[in-house]
Amino acid sequence: MFWTYAALLLLVFVAANVYGRFRALQVAGHQLSVLHSRPTYHGGYLAILSTLPAFVLLIAWAVVEPRMLDMMVISANAEVIEGLSKPELQAFLRDARAIAFGGIVAFSDAGKEQAAEVFASLAQTSFVLKSVLMVGLVLGGLWYGNRAIRPTMRARHFVERTVMGLLILCSAVAIFTTIGIVLSLIFESLMFFRQIPILDFVFGTHWSPQSAFEGAGAEHGEANTKIFGAIPLLVGTMLITAIAIIVAAPIGLLSAIYLSDYASTPVRAIAKPVLEILAGIPTVVYGFFAALTVAPFIRGWGESIGLSVSSESALAAGLVMGIMIIPFVSSLSDDVINAVPQSLRDGSAGLGATKSETIRRVVLPAALPGIVSALILAISRAIGETMIVVMAAGLAANMTVNPLEAVTTVTVQIVTLLVGDQEFDSAKTLAAFALGLLLFCITLALNIFALRVVKKYREQYD
Amino acid sequence: MALEMTTDTESAMDTTISAPPAVSAEGETLKMRGRDVKVFYGDKQALHGVDLDVRKNQVTALIGPSGCGKSTFLRCLNRMNDTIDICRVEGDILLDNDDVYDPRIDVVELRARVGMVFQKPNPFPKSIFENVAYGPRIHGLAQSKADLEEIVASSLQRAGLFEEVKDRLDEPGTGLSGGQQQRLCIARAIAVSPEVILMDEPCSALDPIATAKVEELIDELRQNYTIVIVTHSMQQAARVSQRTAFFHLGTLVEEGLTNDIFTNPKDQRTQDYITGRFG
Ligand SMILES: Nc1ncnc2c1ncn2[C@@H]1O[C@H](COP(=O)(O)OP(=O)(O)O)[C@@H](O)[C@H]1O
Ligand SMILES: [Mg+2]
Repeated sequence: MFWTYAALLLLVFVAANVYGRFRALQVAGHQLSVLHSRPTYHGGYLAILSTLPAFVLLIAWAVVEPRMLDMMVISANAEVIEGLSKPELQAFLRDARAIAFGGIVAFSDAGKEQAAEVFASLAQTSFVLKSVLMVGLVLGGLWYGNRAIRPTMRARHFVERTVMGLLILCSAVAIFTTIGIVLSLIFESLMFFRQIPILDFVFGTHWSPQSAFEGAGAEHGEANTKIFGAIPLLVGTMLITAIAIIVAAPIGLLSAIYLSDYASTPVRAIAKPVLEILAGIPTVVYGFFAALTVAPFIRGWGESIGLSVSSESALAAGLVMGIMIIPFVSSLSDDVINAVPQSLRDGSAGLGATKSETIRRVVLPAALPGIVSALILAISRAIGETMIVVMAAGLAANMTVNPLEAVTTVTVQIVTLLVGDQEFDSAKTLAAFALGLLLFCITLALNIFALRVVKKYREQYD
Repeated sequence: MALEMTTDTESAMDTTISAPPAVSAEGETLKMRGRDVKVFYGDKQALHGVDLDVRKNQVTALIGPSGCGKSTFLRCLNRMNDTIDICRVEGDILLDNDDVYDPRIDVVELRARVGMVFQKPNPFPKSIFENVAYGPRIHGLAQSKADLEEIVASSLQRAGLFEEVKDRLDEPGTGLSGGQQQRLCIARAIAVSPEVILMDEPCSALDPIATAKVEELIDELRQNYTIVIVTHSMQQAARVSQRTAFFHLGTLVEEGLTNDIFTNPKDQRTQDYITGRFG
């Protein structure tokens, strides 16, 4: 039903557009110069005026109607519904709807039949009302717009403003979605912190939520507050991220320097895309590469020199993650290094600096802000990475900085908390939100830090 | 052009044995000499055998319509063309008696002796002090911090910029005005004590007042340095240079005293150019 109406509106939109153009030419006596706005804009004006209000109504109706119907059905059947619990009420309404509009009915009874009749008649009324209103809006818009079209009419301004409104709407959607996600993170986390004191969470050094006894929800015991310490996860995350950056930063940066300043054009044309392919490999592939190839290799190597290496190690995960983020570092750094003007390189060479001196003393400092942001982006990416760590670093929340031991990270624990059966209000599930919030705060802090670094060292060259 | 080798009595005091410098017919020392210089960009030939001398402690102006190879020739003098992959240079370029393109010559040392100032001011995104200190640092010219500060101050002084910037040496060089930036670039070049300074249209991005300042500066610098300047402004060539060379389509048409070139050109093409008939 919704889509039929939307399609009809689209037709009206096109038709009004064509007519508006024609009408504008007509009132101008086919003399374009007397028109304030070109005919296209008059077409757009009429099209918008005739369809936008109806379209907004259509969407509003689609959002509000089911709720309205439910409420009216509930009030019409108050005596049947009385005494039903919330899930029972939902089941009741679901069945009544199914009887009225078709669908799978769990089981029917007289009360539901009665409610279904109310549903059907209300829907009928709603449909008629909606159709009448929409036709009215379209016709009204056409009538008003048609009258308004005259040479001096500022159709262009109207269309531009509508377009701007549309753009604002789209960015508002993006912004409000973000805000919504953050708010839900915060609220769920607050629920978690009602059960587990925030300090126990942020500074606790013991993490073993899987050992929470049955019903770790409402009637949590004293012991429960001691098993949600996030520090081991943070340490694990930092350890793996640090290893990854130690691998990726030099390799990525040096290859960027090679690509931008040393490589000949053909080499560059091949090498750069190849490096970028690394970024296209699914992380799960990196994951089993880490788990099946790198981890055993490190273990064997460790044993051969008499070190005890666990079969899942932070080192394996960190190394592979480092390889994964090389393209982030190299590709972005390459771009910023290339953006340093040739005139600066010439100026340095003209003073007798060698190529490497020029790069070290002029090009890299000039490109530093961009390089820092490339590195931070790579770090954020590494912090948020899950797959490789699940497969290669293990699940054991050891608090250690020894890269040869198994560790776990924030993201991995979020995954393990949320797989399998769960209650939505148990501390175990809510802990995932708290971890999410923690992760969010860390990456946010990183980004703000990066922005400040970039601002402070931003070098103006042009 | 007649070349005559004479013995310089002063060089007898040198402990190193070096050939006496070349001199012109008038007895002026020739700092740099180009002989049959041909330059190719890939298959395209940009210079067709240019012979040009640069006299010591004089300003030599290179003029000509754009695309005639002025910059190309200038960039041969300190091998800046090396930075262009497709560029190939034939012929000889001599600095005193050293062949600039001799494989044994170290370009780093060459460019310390033959400095360059570019068309667009290109200060490094560093502080004013660091801009000037850049060359001395990479060539290890300063023994101590005080030494370096002395070099920076005196270079800025010679570039006529010291008074304007002495209170803000640690501010970014990119924050200066265009004319100040160009003088900063000149100070930067001076700081490595070059013998020759090459300038490629150094005023073309500057306003008239800044231009006048730079021109004045060029005239002063002549005392201590040999200067080669590319300019598209004939007034500028007339104002700052002692000798002028006119290029056209990759050849050197005519070279001589600036005065002669502008008042009494021998070649019809030069005549046409300076009277504004083309270019
Ligand atoms: N980097 C380059 N690559 C290819 N051709 C070039 C390059 N630089 C200059 N040329 C060519 O060489 C000729 C001389 O250029 P140039 O020396 O810059 O002229 P001018 O400085 O007198 O205006 C021009 O035809 C120009 O197109
Ligand atoms: Mg030029």
